[in-house]
Amino acid sequence: MKPAIWPCPLPGGGTAEEFALVCDRGRARRLLIVPALFDEGNRMRRFTVEVMRRLDAGGVDTFLPDLPGCNESLQPLDRQTPADWQGAVNAAAHHFAATHVLGIRGGCLFAPAGLPGFHYAPLKAASTLRQMLRARILSAREAGREESREQLAELAATHGITLAGYPLGADFYRDFEPMVPTSDATLIAQEQLGGSGLWLRAEPDENAAQADALAALLLGAIAA
Amino acid sequence: MSDDTDLLLRRILTDVLGLKPGQADDFDADTGLFGHLPELDSMAVAGLLTELEDRLDIVIDDDEIEGEMLETYGGLLEFVEAKREDG
Repeated sequence: MKPAIWPCPLPGGGTAEEFALVCDRGRARRLLIVPALFDEGNRMRRFTVEVMRRLDAGGVDTFLPDLPGCNESLQPLDRQTPADWQGAVNAAAHHFAATHVLGIRGGCLFAPAGLPGFHYAPLKAASTLRQMLRARILSAREAGREESREQLAELAATHGITLAGYPLGADFYRDFEPMVPTSDATLIAQEQLGGSGLWLRAEPDENAAQADALAALLLGAIAA
Repeated sequence: MSDDTDLLLRRILTDVLGLKPGQADDFDADTGLFGHLPELDSMAVAGLLTELEDRLDIVIDDDEIEGEMLETYGGLLEFVEAKREDG
């Protein structure tokens, strides 16, 4: 498994270098992984990489790019839009010559059309935002401030907002909120892995049995 | 109805807190939750509340959430049981 650099389109034209974690042995089956978003991305990262290791052992190359503004990216998160993210994922798919795509949680929202896809535990953008808004309301309350969801949503849509430490621009918030995962990918529900989703935990965690299960499902489907 | 809620709540807490199977069976009314578990920060509590809503089919308004409700297992159980009866 190695770090790789890939060219990510910039909104104004040109490209910027972004980081990806890859297991590339030049094999025919190449799976692009769109990671879980925001705090879920942190909590799911170890699991994601564990799945990549198993897929590597099973003969599938894997590619886990950073979305611009996230993880190692130098791009400012608060200038990103969902369209930028879609463009980025499409560019990564092209650059790595992906043959399949796996979306994890909110990552499913950006899985490129046209690639045979798998959605693991997809959710609507509105659900992601609901939870992040709630966390902000709770922590504001602890600090002695009352914020209402309506106030925050209005603020977010006009000025942008920082949620769970992630600064989201107003454009991002407005365009992201209505997004739902497409229905033409193969759905992988948590029940198929057993146990409960690792994104539910308060802290990052790992689960070998779940990683085994997800890798096995993917290998079975991709080999076909 | 309340037996069902109790079981569901223990399951939800198991999932959110990453407990071993059976560990939540030992929770009683006085078992400490929020304020006793350092990993239950506001992000984690938000996750717990969302999970409670989705799995127990209830709606929790932001202004209903107060510290006491989350301090003990008994407090939380009482809250969600009342919500389920209302719904």
